[in-house]
Parts: sequence; C-alpha cells; structure tokens
Amino acid sequence: MAERVIEIVGLRKSYDDVEAVRGIDLHVERGEVFALLGPNGAGKTTATEILEGFRPRDEGEVSVLGHDPAHRERELKRRIGIVLQSTGVDPFLTVRETIDQYGAFYPNPRPTDEVIQLVGLTEKRDSRVKKLSGGQQRRLDVAVALAGDPELLFLDEPTTGFDPSARRNAWHLLRNLTSLGKTIWLTTHFMDEAQYLAQRVAVIKGGEIVAEGPPDSLGGRAAMKTRIRFRLPTGVADAPGLGETPLPDGSFELSTDDATRTTHKLTGWALQRGFSFDGFEVARPSLEDVYLELTGGEEGAA
Amino acid sequence: MSDLGVLARQVVYTNRAFWRNPASAFFTFVFPLLFLVIFTTLLGNGEVTIGTEVIKTSTYYVAAQGAFGLISACFTNIALLIVFARDGGVLKRIRGTPLPPWVFLTARVIHATLIAIILVAITVAFGAVFYDASVPTGAALGQFVTTLLVGAACFSALGLAVSGLIPNADAGPPIVNAIILPLLFLSGVFIPFDNSTPSWVEVVGNIFPVRHLVDAMRDSYLGLTESFAWSDIGVMAIWAVVGVAVASRTFRWEPGR
Repeated sequence: MAERVIEIVGLRKSYDDVEAVRGIDLHVERGEVFALLGPNGAGKTTATEILEGFRPRDEGEVSVLGHDPAHRERELKRRIGIVLQSTGVDPFLTVRETIDQYGAFYPNPRPTDEVIQLVGLTEKRDSRVKKLSGGQQRRLDVAVALAGDPELLFLDEPTTGFDPSARRNAWHLLRNLTSLGKTIWLTTHFMDEAQYLAQRVAVIKGGEIVAEGPPDSLGGRAAMKTRIRFRLPTGVADAPGLGETPLPDGSFELSTDDATRTTHKLTGWALQRGFSFDGFEVARPSLEDVYLELTGGEEGAA
Repeated sequence: MSDLGVLARQVVYTNRAFWRNPASAFFTFVFPLLFLVIFTTLLGNGEVTIGTEVIKTSTYYVAAQGAFGLISACFTNIALLIVFARDGGVLKRIRGTPLPPWVFLTARVIHATLIAIILVAITVAFGAVFYDASVPTGAALGQFVTTLLVGAACFSALGLAVSGLIPNADAGPPIVNAIILPLLFLSGVFIPFDNSTPSWVEVVGNIFPVRHLVDAMRDSYLGLTESFAWSDIGVMAIWAVVGVAVASRTFRWEPGR
C-alpha cells in the first residue's frame, strides 16, 4: 500500500456555535495531488489550517507525515511548505532576499535561483516585493513555500482573484511541481482547476464531505444520467413515448441512465419514419454539473 | 544553519527592510534627531537645576532626546512594525516555518537596540560638537551603557507587549502615541521639571519607566555619578519583566478577525 502522507479520521471543529467541519475522513498518498473542492465557507480553509498546525481541532485524529500537526513540531514544519490564502512577506525586501531568508530556516533549502526560475520570477528577482503585481506576489508566495524543498505542499486557494490567463500560468507552475514528485494538498472553488491539477478530489459542503474520487468519476459522474437533446423536423408532431413537452426553443431534452440504448431507440424510430433529428446532442454531465448538484448550486458561483 | 546564524541573518534582513521603509526610517530615526535640533536650538538657552548642579538646558535636552531616541527605536518601532507585519500576514507565514519564534522576535529586539545605540551615539556626538558636552567616561560611561542596554530591553519588551493589545494596523499609531506621548511630557523629555511641578506628575514619573530612563541617562551622560540612581535601572528591569510577561500572554501571530 502506498504511504499515507495525510490521514484524517472523524475531524470536527466549531467556532463559537458554528460547526465548520463536521466529522470528515480523508487521506492523501505520497506523490498525489489531492484537491478539496467546495464553495466559500464550506470548511476548506478550516480543515487545511488544522493540517498546517494553525488551528487546534475539537475532535478526531489527524496525522501529517506521521506527526500530529497540533503539536507544532519543528521537525514537521521542516518538511512541509504552506501557501496560505492571505499572507505576506516583507514588502521592502527583494524577491531574491525573501527566498534566501526563508530558505535559511530549513535544513536543506532548494537553491534560490532554482526556486525563482520554477515560479517564473527570474526577471523580477531584484525587484522589491511591493513592486510586484498581484499575480507575481502570489507566485512569490508559492516560491517561499518551496524554498525549504518540502515533501508536502499545502495550497489554499492558490488562484483565487486571478484573471483567466494568470490562472493558466499558475496551473502550469503547479503542474511543474507535481513533476517534482511533491505531494500536494490543494483547496479551490474552481472545478476546472481541480480537474486540471488533481488526481483525486473531495467535495466539501457545510463541513461534510459529499463526494470523493478521481475527477472523472466524481459523485458517480461516470454513472450519472446522460442528457440527450434533439429537435423534431417540421411536420413530425410527437416523439415515441417521450411524454415530454418541448423546451421553449422547440427542442426536446431527456436524460437517461443508458445512453446507448436510448440513442439507439430514438434514432431507430426516426430512421423507420424516414427522417433525421435536427441538432442531435448527447452530453455527459460536466464536473461543473456534478459540483453544482452536490453543493446545492446557489453558493458555488463565486 | 544554526539558530544563531539564522538570528544574525534575520537581524540583517530586519535592518534592510527598516531603512527601505520610509515610514520607519523617518519616524523612528529622523524624528528624534529633528527634535534634538529643535529643542536644543529653540529652548536650550536657559539653565536647569538637577539636585545641586546647575546645567545648561541645551545639555539637558541632549540627554533627554537620547532617551526619546531609545524609546522611539525600541518601543514605538517594535510595536508598530509587529502590528503591520501581523496585519500583512507576515507573522502567520513565519509561524508556518520551522523558524523558532524566539529567533524572529529576538532579531527584532537586537535590531531595535542597535538603532537605539546609533541614535544615542549621534545624540552624544551632537552634544559634543555643538554644546561642548563631554562624552561620558569612566564610571559614568559604565552607568550610561547599562542604562542604554537595560532601557532598550525594557522598552522593547513593552513594545512587544503593546503590539498584542493593538487590534489592527490602523489602530497602531494612535494607540502607541496615546500611550507614549503623555508619558514623554510627564517624564520631562520635552519640558524640564522644576520646583513648581505638581506632585502627581512626580508620582506618574516614578511609576512608569520613561522618567527613570530620562533620569538615568541624564545623570550618567552628565557624569553626575553621585546622583545616578541604580533604582532607576531596577524599575526599568521590573518593567522589562512585566513587558515579557504581558507579551507572552497577549502576543498574536495572526491578524484579528
């Protein structure tokens, strides 16, 4: 069995009378990129900050690289890298000085120039932090987390607030990190981000895990109903046994558990009658559909 | 790298950031020197009686502004920079690394003490050049250096303690100034005391550490080894312990919610 780098059993955490995390069980294996996906306020950051040692937990067992993060052991902190949602570094130091500074806290730092190159800040290496753009500062955040050459990297919403091209760039950077063999714990509320980066995804809603698995089969996505959509040619009044009323634009939509059989039935019927459907479409649910269904939709738009 | 090696590097980085930050370089460093020039030039023409000694007000101000420089470098500077670093998420980020907290905080204190030493040295040099005030030697020098170091420890500890009581960066400057400005006035930093000083002012001065710093620095600077009171050093040492005790309870690494 692969080594479990993170193991969470029955984790609970409340703030005052709000239960932010309500008994979650998760694990992450070495070398894996794991994404915790969920809307704002679902408990992602709380769970992550418990793993990082920033928050105590109320109940449950948590193990990170064999340590209990609540003990805040130096030995553990030497082996992890943390990119928090909102943190800063000294605005008056340069990129290079900042990474040098943080690298010196670790027993085996990665060479500064290498780290700078990895996050694509080589041209900005001698710029002061306050002169960097928002996206560049976020890349510096990642660089600082990499300075100690950690085995395990925590990334809490690394691309929130990015424009689409900056997000693409960040994704390439994170893909590069996975090729270094790092284990990555990622939180995000973008499903495309989870799909692009993660090998395994868990969806959290209201402090509970509502689905877990590879992005392709998440939430029974592989087995979910397929949507078939078509338009009847003029002069054909009804479709066989559909009992469906047409959509406003005149097309029909139905969902099916067995796309192959239903398609065969429909097309067979049409061919028998001697016509073809207009705009015939068979669509698998996207990860976004699954996500919206799992998280109740309304909160997930942020 | 050993913890002490990292500590030395942290002092270097703290120092670089300090001088590149116009706010800290100006308000912590230039301000006390500006006050030194203004007070000695405008108000330095009279005489002040200390015990049985009569000294020129200008010389008095050189010592008093040295004390102000130390307070500015240690108390104000540490409290504000810690609060800004906390609000900016720097402290939380540091907390997630293996750097021991004591290394981070000690680096700040060492740096503040070095700034205080530079400020006091400039002040003493200024006094020597413009007002013929002699640089302390012998026993007075020992007292002067002791005052400087114990004072730096005391006001650094109090700066750390106060940082934990300040809710956010916006509240930093008003709270720090509300604490320190009245004490500076009530401790004779800007206005020398005479016989007409109300007794409650004396009481306030005796309780808080500012007056003790001013007195100890002045007496050792002027070579008044007779009137130099080790009790002033003792009171500052007690405040240093109080500061550390409060700081250890109130210090926060994360911004307020």
